[in-house]
Amino acid sequence: MKTQILVKLALQSIRKNKMRAALTMLGIIIGVAAVIVMVAVGFGARSRIRAQISNLGTNMIVITPGAAQQGGVSQGAQAFANLSLADVEMIRKNAQVVSAVSPVIVTRGQVIGDGGNWRTLINGVDTDYQVIRDWQTASGEFFTAEDVASVRKVALLGQTVAMQLFPGIDPIGQQIQIRNVPFTVSGVLAAKGQTASGTDSDDVVIIPYTTAQSALSGRTFIPQILASTASENDIAAAQEEIRVLMRESRRIAEGDPEDFTVKNQNELAEAASSSTRVMTMLLAAIASISLLVGGIGIMNIMLVSVTERTREIGIRLAIGARGSDVLTQFLVESIVMGILGGCIGLALGYTGSKVLGHFTGWDTVMSPLVILVAIGFSGAVGIFFGYYPARKAAALNPIEALRYE
Amino acid sequence: MNEIVIRTDALKKTYATGSSEVHALRGVDLTIARGEFVAIMGTSGSGKSTLMNLLGCLDTPTDGGYELDGVRVEGLGKNELAAIRNQKIGFVFQGFNLLPRTTAVDNVELPLLYDRSGRKRDTRAIAIAALERVGLGDRLEHQPSELSGGQQQRVAIARALVTEPALMLADEPTGNLDTRTTTEVMAIFQELNEQGMTIVLVTHESEVAVYAKRIVEVRDGRIVRDEPVRNRRSAAADIERLVTQERSAA
Ligand SMILES: Nc1ncnc2c1ncn2[C@@H]1O[C@H](COP(=O)(O)OP(=O)(O)OP(=O)(O)O)[C@@H](O)[C@H]1O
Ligand SMILES: [Mg+2]
Repeated sequence: MKTQILVKLALQSIRKNKMRAALTMLGIIIGVAAVIVMVAVGFGARSRIRAQISNLGTNMIVITPGAAQQGGVSQGAQAFANLSLADVEMIRKNAQVVSAVSPVIVTRGQVIGDGGNWRTLINGVDTDYQVIRDWQTASGEFFTAEDVASVRKVALLGQTVAMQLFPGIDPIGQQIQIRNVPFTVSGVLAAKGQTASGTDSDDVVIIPYTTAQSALSGRTFIPQILASTASENDIAAAQEEIRVLMRESRRIAEGDPEDFTVKNQNELAEAASSSTRVMTMLLAAIASISLLVGGIGIMNIMLVSVTERTREIGIRLAIGARGSDVLTQFLVESIVMGILGGCIGLALGYTGSKVLGHFTGWDTVMSPLVILVAIGFSGAVGIFFGYYPARKAAALNPIEALRYE
Repeated sequence: MNEIVIRTDALKKTYATGSSEVHALRGVDLTIARGEFVAIMGTSGSGKSTLMNLLGCLDTPTDGGYELDGVRVEGLGKNELAAIRNQKIGFVFQGFNLLPRTTAVDNVELPLLYDRSGRKRDTRAIAIAALERVGLGDRLEHQPSELSGGQQQRVAIARALVTEPALMLADEPTGNLDTRTTTEVMAIFQELNEQGMTIVLVTHESEVAVYAKRIVEVRDGRIVRDEPVRNRRSAAADIERLVTQERSAA
């Protein structure tokens, strides 16, 4: 028989048992929907992380106090107050591959401008910070080495802070107060958007680290040192160089653990993506279990169907159907059921990932390849689990089948 | 076209049930020419259905030879038998055996869809023509559950003749029908036979057998009587008589 007719017959017999077919397809529907959401979320998360990496800067290396634990979880890095300006100087002087290095002194505080006040993050950094983070100014200028050396009270505003403090006013040259210390705005930074954890990168004020130490915190330890290389290929070498230099200056004996951590931005991104990986794996587990259960459901229903339709099979054999015709008929039926379930699951998964994307702000991705794979896979489930019942149907003896009540 | 449609040679069928053997057929020699209308009679368990299954290529004999329309059947494979059933034989069963929830015309079209020779092109039109031949041109889209027993059996006859087979086999086709519909169905068989169709039919009732041209009686797996029907009746004439009776009664 022609495949066209076979598909028509299969659709007919599915339509005759709508409810049953729907319940049978449920497993496939859930499985495929889970796969679709999984892939969409996975793609979305990956493209977000990729955006974050470039958001961080170019070829960035991060040095934090405290040893990294296995699995990449840092153990309360702030508890170790053992990075200092001496470390920054030592790296700047001795490292060959490292092209830029800057301390980052992090505090929070109230900032007051002409148009309002705002509580924000205050980062004390060196001029290299601009290169490391690859952060242009939208207007005005980044502070100079001269400003840093002279401990000048100059500040750069992130877009968000600029908006809050000077709505509708050009902030350049204006006075602001950070923790009641007056600063002059030298520039406004270009917008960077959100970070991995969803915080606003533009909600920040940047000042010279020297000023931050003397005027604001009074502390001498440094929670973070950033460095970068000229080329991406040098990152590993630079990391190793920093590690060796730091060990030497701290006199850490060979074999002893380090009390600092050197990571590149890819390693950071990996840690950030580990949570989405858990979610992806969970969805993958749901998907495969659903597809398995869905497949068994199809097999079960097809076995019932073969028994129920024994007489029909007898009639078909009597009027000249070959065993292979009967086999194909039942196989097509289970494949159609699988693919139909796959298509419904696809629609459901698509809607689901759109809704999820709407609420999380992730852009979910739907590629034609995924659609093809999902439908192909559900069809394959139909073939795999439909084959045994179809074989059983094809092997029936026509006389016995006709006599079956 | 071969002038001899059926020729069996010492046809035997033995069923093995557990330890014992059942000799359902013990050597049947039967020759049926084109255009014959044979009624096979016999008591229950005499082997009529077994013989029909062999003649219909639904089963293979334990021993003996069978030539159908010039083709030696014994030793053929499953697929070849399926092709013979499809092209040379039309079946009509006691229980109608139509596909449920499938329209009359779809039921009748079915054998054409299994035809691999590709000689039938416009299967739909052929199926409709077959239904018109049995007087059901106005019931094309009815499902079996929407048809009376007599109408269902006519659909089954249409399905049997749609491939223009060399032989039509009917195992107690009127077993589930009342006198009136039995006569109607027999009238169709007689009409088809007059148009040249070879028909072999199993029946318990001698009132049905008298519409055939030849009676073969089977007993205990053997043919014990084989003779032409003497006072043969016309089913069409009987229907007319029944109609007039009903009218005068009313
Ligand atoms: N599949 C089978 N297995 C074992 N024995 C069988 C089988 N089919 C038929 N028989 C036996 O073969 C004999 C002939 O059976 P068959 O069905 O041909 O009789 P029949 O003449 O058609 O009877 P009826 O008029 O009741 O339909 C019976 O004794 C029956 O029990
Ligand atoms: Mg019988």
